[in-house]
Amino acid sequence: MAEEMTLEDVKRHVRVYITVFIALAVLTVVTVGVSYLHMPFTPALLVALAIATVKAALVALYFMHLISEKQVILWVLLSAAVFLVGMFALFIGAHADQEDIATLAKLILSSHVA
Amino acid sequence: MQIPYEVQARPDTGVNNAKLGIWLFLASEVMLFGGLFAAYVFLRIGADAWPGMMMYGTEVMAERADEILNVPLATLNTMILIASSVTMVMAWASLKMDRFDRYKLYMGLTILLALGFLVVKSFEYGEKFDHHWYASTNNFLGVYFVLTGLHAIHVTGGILVNAYFWGPGTKLWKRGTARDKAHFTNRIEVAGLYWHFVDLVWIFLFPTIYLI
Amino acid sequence: MEEGHSHSDAHSAHKEGFWRRYWFSTDHKVIGLQYGFTALLFLLFGFGLMLLMRWQLASPGVEIPLLGALTPEMYNQFGAMHGTIMVFLGIVPLAVGAFGNYVVPLQIGAPDMAFPRLNMASYHFYFWGGVVMLSSFFVPEGAAKAGWTSYPPLADIETMGQTMWLWGMVLLITSSLLGAVNFIVTIIQLRAEGMTFFRLPFFVWAQFITAFLLLLAFPPLEAAGFLQLADRLLDTSFFLPSGLVTADGPLEVAGGGSPLLWQHLFWFLAHPEVYVLILPAMGIVSEILANNTRKPLWGYRLMVASLIFLGFFSFIVWAHHMFITGMGTTISAFFQVTTMIISIPSVVILSALMITLFGGSIRFNTAMWFALGFLPMFGIGGLTGLPLGLAPTDIPLHDTYYVIGHFHYVVAPGTIFALFAGIYYWFPKVTGRTMNETLGRIHFWGSLVAMNGIFFPMLIQGLPGVSRRLFDGGLTYSFAEGVIHYNVVMSVSAFILLLFQLPFIINFFMSIKRGRKVEKSNHWESTTLEWSAAPTPPIGHGNFATVPTVYHGPYEYSVPGHESDFCPQDVPVALSGSDTAKSVES
Repeated sequence: MAEEMTLEDVKRHVRVYITVFIALAVLTVVTVGVSYLHMPFTPALLVALAIATVKAALVALYFMHLISEKQVILWVLLSAAVFLVGMFALFIGAHADQEDIATLAKLILSSHVA
Repeated sequence: MQIPYEVQARPDTGVNNAKLGIWLFLASEVMLFGGLFAAYVFLRIGADAWPGMMMYGTEVMAERADEILNVPLATLNTMILIASSVTMVMAWASLKMDRFDRYKLYMGLTILLALGFLVVKSFEYGEKFDHHWYASTNNFLGVYFVLTGLHAIHVTGGILVNAYFWGPGTKLWKRGTARDKAHFTNRIEVAGLYWHFVDLVWIFLFPTIYLI
Repeated sequence: MEEGHSHSDAHSAHKEGFWRRYWFSTDHKVIGLQYGFTALLFLLFGFGLMLLMRWQLASPGVEIPLLGALTPEMYNQFGAMHGTIMVFLGIVPLAVGAFGNYVVPLQIGAPDMAFPRLNMASYHFYFWGGVVMLSSFFVPEGAAKAGWTSYPPLADIETMGQTMWLWGMVLLITSSLLGAVNFIVTIIQLRAEGMTFFRLPFFVWAQFITAFLLLLAFPPLEAAGFLQLADRLLDTSFFLPSGLVTADGPLEVAGGGSPLLWQHLFWFLAHPEVYVLILPAMGIVSEILANNTRKPLWGYRLMVASLIFLGFFSFIVWAHHMFITGMGTTISAFFQVTTMIISIPSVVILSALMITLFGGSIRFNTAMWFALGFLPMFGIGGLTGLPLGLAPTDIPLHDTYYVIGHFHYVVAPGTIFALFAGIYYWFPKVTGRTMNETLGRIHFWGSLVAMNGIFFPMLIQGLPGVSRRLFDGGLTYSFAEGVIHYNVVMSVSAFILLLFQLPFIINFFMSIKRGRKVEKSNHWESTTLEWSAAPTPPIGHGNFATVPTVYHGPYEYSVPGHESDFCPQDVPVALSGSDTAKSVES
């Protein structure tokens, strides 16, 4: 945060915090409510992740003040985010492209039995 | 000997040391929980069914996570944690407004809410143990216990830090010079950043483990 | 004040309290020395484990004096702990903890690290992590035996030593994370006035990127460590597949886990870790080459760009350690491509260092010899890595001695030579005395020959496929017949290497007390701040009598028209015609 915040600024901030709190509470209710619809897996996952991302963004932007944060911190977070996304993508990619060891083992075993 | 930019921001970067330090620490925490989430995804897409079988594959445990886990309690906990984030940021704002009494109130509330979170959590765990469901039962419960357990350890750490700044840590503020007050306010901001991050992790843990 | 070896200093140390001053110190220079001494002891210990293994390999079953014949279990313990100790307790703490701590704040003109107490804490986490690792030798059935990589399922069903290993790693990772935060904040926030990013010495850049690698790559391993701890202590099966059967019958666990998950999480750290091992070494070598060729580093900006590129790419090459896990062709093609690409910046840096030598009037001192030794040795290490980065050639070579030869060329005559170079180079800074040149040269040439005697035969042995994990060195395998005699060559070389460390140890301790005193503060006539602005040996906490201001780039050697052949960063001279003159004006 800027070092020289006036009292007015702080008071304005407090109003924002209350609004964000209400938004977070509502979104929590929404995400739980949606889960009781028992949607198929993929849409359920997408909706849940979308709501969670919005909530996380609200916390990060307003409670953690990222919305007015300095560049150096945004760069640090950007690099972590890039590595995080890379990790997820490659983990899933590697898993999807993995030979199924169990199937291979069964094949080998059955050829021995035969 | 004085380290530069302990309290004041360095002009060209615009931040002080502690602020940059905590964000770097949080970046590493992102990777820690990111690793755990990646492990969760990896295990789940490799599983035949989720939550899947009980141990030794004798009976199907449940079709959905919310048949095993207590969603109402977890929703309550989500609310508690969000509320504690608000009181935390209010504690910091109170210092900015030079209202130390309000700070004590809000910080005290934050600590109480966090303790409340742990109490609810322990009820949740106890419920599982009553059913003889442990981390070893299957990987679904393993992921549940280890991820929420590590999160609970982070909550405990936050409580310790906040309790310090509620009690003995206030000495710095009470010294009363403008620099000391600014220094203390910075520390609360840093503690707050950590606390919001703990909240943020929960925001992802809750839907991905309980609801999906 | 740093010494405490000379009489009067030891005396004044008593007044301030020995523990406070040397054990719970918050001065980055003292902490650097703490790291240095601890890490050197661990290096020696890890080297000792290797000697015992080499004894066994050269003469299987022959009793070792005092210890008796090695059992296979002991051999496996020594193997696992040799790797762990050398990487996590030896080289990284020496390269980052010791050199980084001591030199970085001095080179950027900072009074200390940004968080001195955190700095103390990271040393103590490191120290106790080391203690846990060492004490695991004394628990029932000994230390971890599952290799430094701790692959499950083996590691999951290992004896108690493995649990100790995991707790030790948790402490070491904590230490590294605290250290990394500290380094990054220090370099971003505490640079002296005028010390822009492109005036940072290359060593500081190397430490900067290294810190980012530690910060972002270690946490996934910590996550994996927690999961493995849960597997071992809570009987979860994150890494245990269904239907696993051991010698004691079927495992009574839920199953459904994936051993490959550990490998992914482990190598997500461990590949960037390779660059953690090599980048600070490149940094040290760059400082010494520039100083002793009396030339600016060739292509400084290009080297920095390569460093940043290396840092980013090192996160997406990890699965080239996993080609034989049944990885599909698509994803393995991806990792092969990234692996080939990441070799480019390494080659750029190595080439830039070679070009730096061209046309220089080289001063051949011991530090320079070691730095020069680094270049071809790292070159061999890097080039032998290329076949391992491509799946078709990696599959037959995987887990053979070829792999051992390859990465030891990188870290032993590579990184460790650079670290020796650093010790010879900065020794006068720390003590105000120089090390003996003759003993230094004996140390260098002996080590160079012995290192090659150990590691080159490994490359030859690996080609026919001798496995790295054989307790008897391959006696029972017919395909090893033609190359097994190299075991004797390697083991004899290993003991010769030990012999040639003696001159170093003697030199080190003798020079602390009796080394020739340096005549002036800037002993090597260097341009960087730690020599030009800080007194030698350093004053106490605070580093600089007056805070230096920086006027130009880090390597202004032999500037045309300048009266001497070096122009320190804190001397305000307009340098027309030099590479960095433009940045002075801006």
